[in-house]
Parts: sequence; structure tokens; C-alpha cells
Amino acid sequence: MREGRQTDASGDIAGLWPRAAFPGPRSIRGIQLGTACGPVALLGGCSGVLDPQGPVGAGEKLILLDALAIMLAIVVPVIVATLAFAWWFRASNSRARYLPDWEFSGRVELVVWSVPALVIMFLGGLAWVSSHDLDPAKPLPAGPVPPVQVEVVSLDWKWLFIYPDQGVASVNELVVPVGAPLHLRLTSGSVMTAFFVPQLGSMIYTMNGMVTQLNLRADHPGSYPGLASHFSGDGFSGMRFQTEAVTPAAFTAWVAAAKSAGPTLDRPGYVELSRQSQDVAPFTYRGAAPGLFEQIAAQQLPPGPGPQGGGSSPAATPVKAP
Amino acid sequence: MKLLGRLGWDALPLDQPIPMIASATVAVGILAVLAWVVIRGRFPYLWREWLTSVDHKRIGVMYTLLAMVMLLRGFSDALMMRSQQAVALHSQGYLPPDHYDQVFSAHGTIMIFFVAMPFLIGLMNFVLPLQLGVRDVAFPTLNSVSFWLTATGALLVNISLGVGEFARTGWLPYPPLSELTYSPGVGVDYYLWSLQISGVGTLLTGINFVTTILKLRAPGMTYLRMPMFCWTSLASSLLIVAAFPILTATLAMLILDRYLGFHFFTNEAGGNVMMFMNLIWAWGHPEVYILILPAFGIFSEVVSTFSGKPLFGYRSMVIATMAICLLSFMVWLHHFFTMGAGADVNAVFGVMSMIIAVPTGVKVFNWLFTLYGGRIRFETPVLWAIGFMITFVIGGMTGVLLAVPPADFLLHNSLFLVAHFHNVIIGGVLFGAFAGYEYWFPKAFGFRLHSGLGKAAFWCWLVGFYLAFMPLYVAGLEGMTRRMQHYDNPAWRPWLLIAAGGAVVILAGIVCQIAQLWVSIAQRERLRDGTGDPWNGRSLEWSTASPPPAFNFAVLPVVEGLDAYWSIKRQAAGEQPRAEPTYGPIETPRNSPTGFVCAFFATVMGFALIWHIWWLAIAGLVGAWATFVVFAWRDRAEDEISAQEVAEIDRQNRSARAVPLIAGAP
Amino acid sequence: MTAANPADSNAVAELGLEGGAAPGRGAGGPSAKRVYVGYGFWIFILSDMVLFSAFFAAYAVLAEATAGGPAGRQLFDLTSVAWETACLLLSSFACGLASLAAASRSALWFHVAMAVAFVLGAAFLGLELKEFAGLASAGDGPQRSAFLSAFFTLVGCHGLHIAAGLLWLLTMMAQVMAKGFRADIQRRILCFTLFWHALDIVWVAIFTVVYLLGKAP
Repeated sequence: MREGRQTDASGDIAGLWPRAAFPGPRSIRGIQLGTACGPVALLGGCSGVLDPQGPVGAGEKLILLDALAIMLAIVVPVIVATLAFAWWFRASNSRARYLPDWEFSGRVELVVWSVPALVIMFLGGLAWVSSHDLDPAKPLPAGPVPPVQVEVVSLDWKWLFIYPDQGVASVNELVVPVGAPLHLRLTSGSVMTAFFVPQLGSMIYTMNGMVTQLNLRADHPGSYPGLASHFSGDGFSGMRFQTEAVTPAAFTAWVAAAKSAGPTLDRPGYVELSRQSQDVAPFTYRGAAPGLFEQIAAQQLPPGPGPQGGGSSPAATPVKAP
Repeated sequence: MKLLGRLGWDALPLDQPIPMIASATVAVGILAVLAWVVIRGRFPYLWREWLTSVDHKRIGVMYTLLAMVMLLRGFSDALMMRSQQAVALHSQGYLPPDHYDQVFSAHGTIMIFFVAMPFLIGLMNFVLPLQLGVRDVAFPTLNSVSFWLTATGALLVNISLGVGEFARTGWLPYPPLSELTYSPGVGVDYYLWSLQISGVGTLLTGINFVTTILKLRAPGMTYLRMPMFCWTSLASSLLIVAAFPILTATLAMLILDRYLGFHFFTNEAGGNVMMFMNLIWAWGHPEVYILILPAFGIFSEVVSTFSGKPLFGYRSMVIATMAICLLSFMVWLHHFFTMGAGADVNAVFGVMSMIIAVPTGVKVFNWLFTLYGGRIRFETPVLWAIGFMITFVIGGMTGVLLAVPPADFLLHNSLFLVAHFHNVIIGGVLFGAFAGYEYWFPKAFGFRLHSGLGKAAFWCWLVGFYLAFMPLYVAGLEGMTRRMQHYDNPAWRPWLLIAAGGAVVILAGIVCQIAQLWVSIAQRERLRDGTGDPWNGRSLEWSTASPPPAFNFAVLPVVEGLDAYWSIKRQAAGEQPRAEPTYGPIETPRNSPTGFVCAFFATVMGFALIWHIWWLAIAGLVGAWATFVVFAWRDRAEDEISAQEVAEIDRQNRSARAVPLIAGAP
Repeated sequence: MTAANPADSNAVAELGLEGGAAPGRGAGGPSAKRVYVGYGFWIFILSDMVLFSAFFAAYAVLAEATAGGPAGRQLFDLTSVAWETACLLLSSFACGLASLAAASRSALWFHVAMAVAFVLGAAFLGLELKEFAGLASAGDGPQRSAFLSAFFTLVGCHGLHIAAGLLWLLTMMAQVMAKGFRADIQRRILCFTLFWHALDIVWVAIFTVVYLLGKAP
């Protein structure tokens, strides 16, 4: 399992080795993890949301930490005061003043209502502004690298990525050029789930019959784990993919390589793909039928079938038949 | 049409050791208890005094007992989840996905519907009429029906362990995963019928409590003289009345989809998955406030009693409670910010979710200032309260963080979310339930719980909670999502190991609580409280004997202020003993098997519907309806206790209480 | 601070508390049974309204989801709806007469009025079932589209309530026949009439939102 560490400076395609089912002894992984992420690991920084590799994730991390700091300013004094009052006013402390009839104070009430209100007004403003700034549907500003459109279809239990402009598709591997604004359109070919690459930022639901939108950008080359972040059935835990952020040149090379080998994703191929399977090793399609995504999204292609023969998915324990 | 629908021998999990052993153990246990009861000749007593009782005190105890038993089942699921995740790095662990999926679905369903709800409803049932100074709730037989329907739901969920399977969709069955296409088995049907049946019970409870609090109070008890627990119970009950029908309707729509091929939420023919999310959370968010508000009320009672001071800022607390009640209906979308509703909609609901933190913060401050200037006695209930105050504010803080939509885009459905809601539910609801249990146990049974074991249980729960859930915040920040049966990121493992350790510490706490109950019963004479007021309480329930007589009060008390019993005690100190009141006969509602019998038919009907045994389902429905008609035909609804008997009981209680009243003024 | 035994709320009123507050107003002690039974049933009716509003919400969301099939405009027959409305409203009127008869303890008029209410209510249900059967046999049953699922469920839920109400109506007639106008039976009659009128209100909402708006161009 590759972590979110940087590949070498060339960021070349050699970093894209095929994903093995159980990639290597745990101890080696552990050492690699430790040396790369040591101190950051304590803050959950290594492959998580506190280690963003793009502007969306970075903006969201900032909001999270800001909001946390504001809330801690209230919560820490409350905790300290609770412990302090409980200790000082214990029955055995004869030095503490006993106020058996003190049950109202206008001044205290004023503070008690206004402090939370002010904090919430401030946080509310933060929430309003940031919701608009970091709206998943808001496109990222254009830059030197041209944007890339990706059409994402969640299936049971794998991810299909169609690149309409490049004319290729891939399963369980999302390759993108560094610095390119990514415009993702997402739908589901079966049940509801969610697309999430923690180090790039926002997640978004995928639903059959509907198209959601997400805009992301990877600013550093690397290999970032992605996953389904909404439970979608028995094979859900295996529904993971890698996001490979590579140089634009490497991206072009990858597209060319994909176009030269592999099957074409046509309607029958898609129907076959939509049947339940899990732990699918990444592969690519040399082309995708035009308008395939629109047909899936408009339900002109039926959603994937459920468990066949009344049982659950392959490689899982059979369930009792109805 | 087959006689037994789709029920067959393959419904038994003969090839799966864990459910086989678990259900066999439970079945043997239940049979053993029943056998002991029958052999010792206790069944008539059980039937007469408990199963057919319509007395709110008995029903309250039964609800609480149900909750505690189901806590063991729900916690076993938790131990399984933690242990699975502790070992499942690059490994399938010991629970295959379809089994693991049932475990976490059952865990959530049981904990919310059959632990948290019954525990608090049980406490409300027991305490409300006593605090309001009246004899029972408005509709005692309906109360019994409510309890038994809840028990039916719990029974059905437990039957699914041994016969068939449970839902594999999580505790809320999002379609289309929960539709027939993707969940063809009986699991989702067990879930749906179990909740529909117990949901009726809960709705009836809500109606019962609203009517009781608004229409049945002792003379002189105006709204602003009601104890705080009554206010929060009122708010919670109003929420039940307003929110549970939404759950009923939504589950009904899913039932229609699954049973009759309707298309509310299917992928085909225009079904709308987003509508399910909106409807279910329009119920779901008020539900969590239904849970927390009574807990808040318990803490208000406990903090004020054990500080020896009135609750600070009573009116403020009332306003805050009713504000929370109202606002809880305006925040539901924060459960699916990531559905893509757009920046304006997300921002509005984010801001509304933060606004609800204001009255909650006010309550915390008011408890703080109740402690200030008090003389705090560190009995077990107030330990739970202080533990709550610290733990709940952390949970509330993470809730406000999640209410900021861009933060939620990173943390939705992660272990951070799981840690947040366990933080507020355990730290808030469960700690409150345990505080109430410790606080009112002497009132219900006439002897205290062993305090040493109670404090040990508290510390185990507190430490165990932090060990089990703080690491999950970190794991969530590291990108781990919830409900994973296996994973391959080694960074997550240390946190999951610590969490598993925390679960074991909580287990120690539960063992302490079981031991506490056992030891307290064994030592009940030593722990006996004859005064009815072991904690120097402030509200009317402490003015009755422990346990109170069936009619609660020989003469309804006349209330002249807040903290009614406190002012009675202050007046009594130094005065001559009060003159005996004039006793009259008292009418009490008659016991009735309606609840039990109705629930029996409901169980039959539910089981039959799950397994498509249509003739049996109809028979069950007819039986349930007939039970009500038979009940309606009875001629005598009440028993009368003669004035002489009332006088005898009351004189005994008054003399037991007179000694401490005269001896020591509070 | 002694008190007379205030188990009876009348006794409480005599205590002259809080400037003579009546029972059931907090200060006056617990309400009389007739008051709080009716009150509790109102709360139940409110909860039932919430149930219906959830189905109305689902209908509103799914009204356009016809999956290429027919919409309300093609399916609804306003004449039939008009007859159903007349039946139900007249049934409610008869029910009102029945409660007047119960108040004056006239068994004959009570039974006559209730029987009329039953017949009209059954006529309503019959017309509705005819409409449903017609739609289903033409292939436009609830399995056809989300819109039809929502339509059948909303209108059908109301119909189920009417059916349950008719069973209750018969039970009340039987109770009065067997036991006369006892206090508890009067309370049940009160609850039944509240239920029956409430279903009328829901029907008004249904024929407006579903049928009239559905037929609108």
C-alpha cells in the first residue's frame, strides 16, 4: 500500500507499479511509514486530511483548525472551571463559601447567553464564507496546466474513471497531471456511495440517476490513497483506489500507453463490469463508448444487479437465501 | 402459497459458529430464568405484579431492565467490531464481511432504539408522576402497551440472530442498498418491522407524557414550578410526537418498496434516494435530542441536589430547553452536507446547527454556576454529572466542527464522526441514564446501590470511553472511514488497538455495574433507606416512601414554589409535626394483560410478515385488534383502596420520615 | 399545609388556589378525565397529521417522476372525486349529529346517525377502491412509477384510516348497544368523532393537492 509520500523528482511512470493484493511485509511498510512521516504521524498527518496536497484540502484543513481553535477557547476554560468548581466547593472544604440561595444573577445570565452567541456568530460567518469558497461544484481557477475532465462511476465494488477528452478509461486507478484543475462528474452504477481522496480534499456522494460535481487539484506529485467513504455493501472495504498525480508529460505518456492496449469499454463491457466483484486490480480501457457516462447517469444503462443467486458477493460468505 | 412463507431450515445459521453459540446461549439463559421462576412458584406474582401492571413505577423499572439487558447485547457487538478492526490490517480478521456488516448494523440499531430510548423512557416513566405530585400517567394501560411493543421490537431483533439474518445496511437503511435488488434477504425486513412496531410504542409514550405533564400536575404546580426534569421530558415528548410519525412513514415507504414493488426509493421508475435521506434525517436529528434532553434534565436534578443549591438560572434553562426543542427540527441537512445541495443550502444548515449550540452552552454554564457556591457531596450520581460536563463539551465541540460544511467534506462518515456521536451519546445520554439509575434506584427499591462499586464503574467507563474514542478522532483525521471490515493502512492500526483496549476497560465498568447490582441486592438490609430521602432531595418524589405506595401520594401535595419538597422540609424543621391529613379512598387503575397480549400478537404478526407467512400475519393483526376490543369491553377500570388502608400505609411512612425531618434541618 | 383529599378535581377547585384556578391549569391540580382524554387524543391526531405530511412531502417530491408513464392529468376523474368528497363530508355531518345524540343520551338517534355515517363512509371507500382497481387493471398501479407509488400511498393511507374508522364506528355502535352511554363510552365517542372530522380535513388537503392541482393545466 503506497502512502502519501512524495515520489522522486522525475515523478515518472515507474512509480505506478500494479497494485498487488497484499503488497509486502508489514514491517517494511512500517519502517517506510515511520521514516517518511514520523512526527507528522502523531497528528494523523501521513495519509490523511491534515496532509493536504492540493488547494481544496488545504483550504478545508485551515477552516478545520481555525474552527477548532475558536471552540477550544470556550471548551478549555469550561473544563477547567468544572474541575475547579467541583474541587473547591466540595463539601469538606470549609473555606469555600456556601451560597444556598444563589440561583439567579442577571450579569451572569448576560454573559452565559452572549458568549456562546458571539462565538457562534463568528463561526457562522466563517461557515458561510467557507461553504461558498469551498463549494465542491465551484471550478478551480485556470492555470498553466489545462483542466482535465473525469467522469466517475461507482460500482459494486470498484471505481470506473472515464476520461472523455482523452478517450480512455480506467478502473481503480485515477491518474491526473499535477497542477491541472480536475473537474469530476460523478454518478453511481448501483447503490449510493461517496468518492473520497483524503489528501486532495472534499468527498462527494455518488447516486444512481444523478450527477454530482467535484473540483479538485493535486499540486504535488505523489500517490494518494482514495476510497469509498459511504458504506455500500459487503465488498465496501475493498473499494479503494490510488490517485496518481504525475507530471503532465507522464500523464500524456500514460494516456498513450492506455490507448495502445486493453479492451474497449462498450455497452456490453460496462454491463459485465457492473456485476458485483471486489478487490479488482487496476486496469485500463483503450477507449470508452461516447456518451457512456450520460447513459449511465440517465439510467438508460441499467444499474448493476445485486447479489446473484440470492447470495452475497463473490469472495464473501454466502448469505441465507430468501 | 407455502404454509411457512420463505421460512425454512436454511434460516438457522448452522454453518456459522458465532451466531449459533450466541443464540443457543441466550435461549438457554432465557429458558433457565423462566424455569426458575415457574419452579419457585413465582409466576403468578410475576404476572400479577409486573407483566400486567399498569403502574408507571413498575413499567419504568421494566423499561430500564430491558435497556440494561440490551446494553449487554449491543456492547457485545461493539467488542466484536473493535476486536475485528484491531486485527484486520491486511487480513480478513475473524468476521467475514456479511457477518461484520450485520454486527455494526445491529450495534447501532440496538443501542439507539433498545438501550438509549428505553433507558430514558423508563426513568421518565418512573419519575414524572412522582415529581408532578400525581398518581400515575394520563393513560396507564396505554403505557403498558407502549412498553410491551418496545419489548416486541427488541425480541424480533434478537430472534434475527438465530433465525435468518439481520440488516446489513447500517443502523439507517439507506436505499438503494436496502431495496430488494441489493438486499434480497430477510435482514432489512427484520429491521423494518421491529422498528415499526416499537415505534408505535414510543409514539404512544410521547402522547402519554405530553398529556401528563400539561394536564396532570399537583395543585399549585404552575409551569414555572415544575422540576427541570419535567421540562426536559416535556420537550423530549413533544419531539417524539412530532418526529416519530416521520420515521413511521419513511419505513412504511421502504416496506412498500420491498413488499409490493413500489418505487419510492428504487433506482428504477423514478425512485428518489435523496428523499429518503431528507425524510429519515428529519426524524433522525430530533431523535438525538429526544435522547439528550431527558439526560440534561437528570443532570439538572443531580447537580442541584448534590450541591445543596437550587438549579442556577431556572428560567433560562426552561427557555434554552424549549429553544433546543424547536431548533432541533431545523438542522437535519447537516447529516448529508456531502450530498451536493449547493453552498447556500449547506451554509444555512451549517449556521442553524451552530445556533443550536447556544442554548446547549447556556445549560452547561448554568450547571457550572449551580456547582459554584455549593457544598458538593461526591456521591456516584454527581460523579457521572461531572464526567458528563467535561466529556459532553468535547463532543459538542467536535459537533460544531462538523457543522462547518467544508470541514464536514473531509470528515463525513469517518471515524471522526463516529467518535463525535459516541462522545455525545455516551458522555451525554448514557452517563445521564447511569446517573439517573444511581440517583433514583433507592426510591424505586428502598435500598441504595453499593457506592464503592458504583464509583469503580464510573471510573472504568470514563477512562474506557476516552481510551476507546479519542483514538478514533485521530484515525478519522488520518482518512479512515467508518464500517470497514478490513483495511491496509498501517497508520490506522495503533489507534484501533488503543480503542480496543478502551472497550475492554468499558467492559470492566459493565462488570462492576453487574456486580454492584448483585452485591446491593445481597446487602440490601445494610443499604436500606427508610426515610425515602437518602440524598436530601429537593423535589416531590423524595417526599414519598421508598418504594412509594401504589397510589404515590395519600393526599396530593399542594405546591407553593419551585423545589417543592425543599421548602416543605425547611418549613417542617423546627415546627411541630404536621397534623395528619384527612384521608379518603383512592382509585387506582386496574392491571390489565392488554399490553402483554397485544405485544404477543404483534410479535407473531411481525415475524410472519418478515417471513412472508401471510395467513399468520393476518391472524396476528386480527388478534391485536381483538385485544383492544376485549379491553374496551371491561366494565371496571379502577380498583378502590379504602381510606382506612390509605391511612395505615401513610402513617407508617410518615413516622419513618419524621425522625430525620425533625432532627436535622437542611 | 394540610389539604382535603384532592383526588377529585372538584375538591381542588374549592381550595381557592391561585385565585381560583380551574383544575387542569397547573395551579388548579389535575384535570378531569374527560378533559385530558380528549386532549391526549388531540395530540395523537397531531401526530397523525405529521404522518400524513410526510406522505404529502413524498408525493410533492415524486409528482413529476412518472417514468414515462401517465401523470395525474391523464388519470384523475374529478367527478368521482366530487362524489367521494360529498360522501365523506356528509358522513362527517352525520357523525356530528351522532355526537349530539350521544350528548342527549338518545340511543335511537345515535344509532341512526352512526349508521348513516357508516354507509356514507363505506360509499367513499367503495368509490376509492373502484378508482384504484381501475388504475391497477389499466397497468397504472403503484408499481408503474414513483409518482403512482406516492399517489397510491398517500390516498391509500387516508383510505386505511377511513377503513379503521369504520371498524371503530361499528365497535362504538356495539358498545352503546351493550352498555349504554357510560362515561368512558362517551369519552370514546368523543375521540371517534374527533378522528372522523380530522380525516375530513386530510381529505380536503388530498383533493386539493393531489386531484385539483394534479388536473390543473
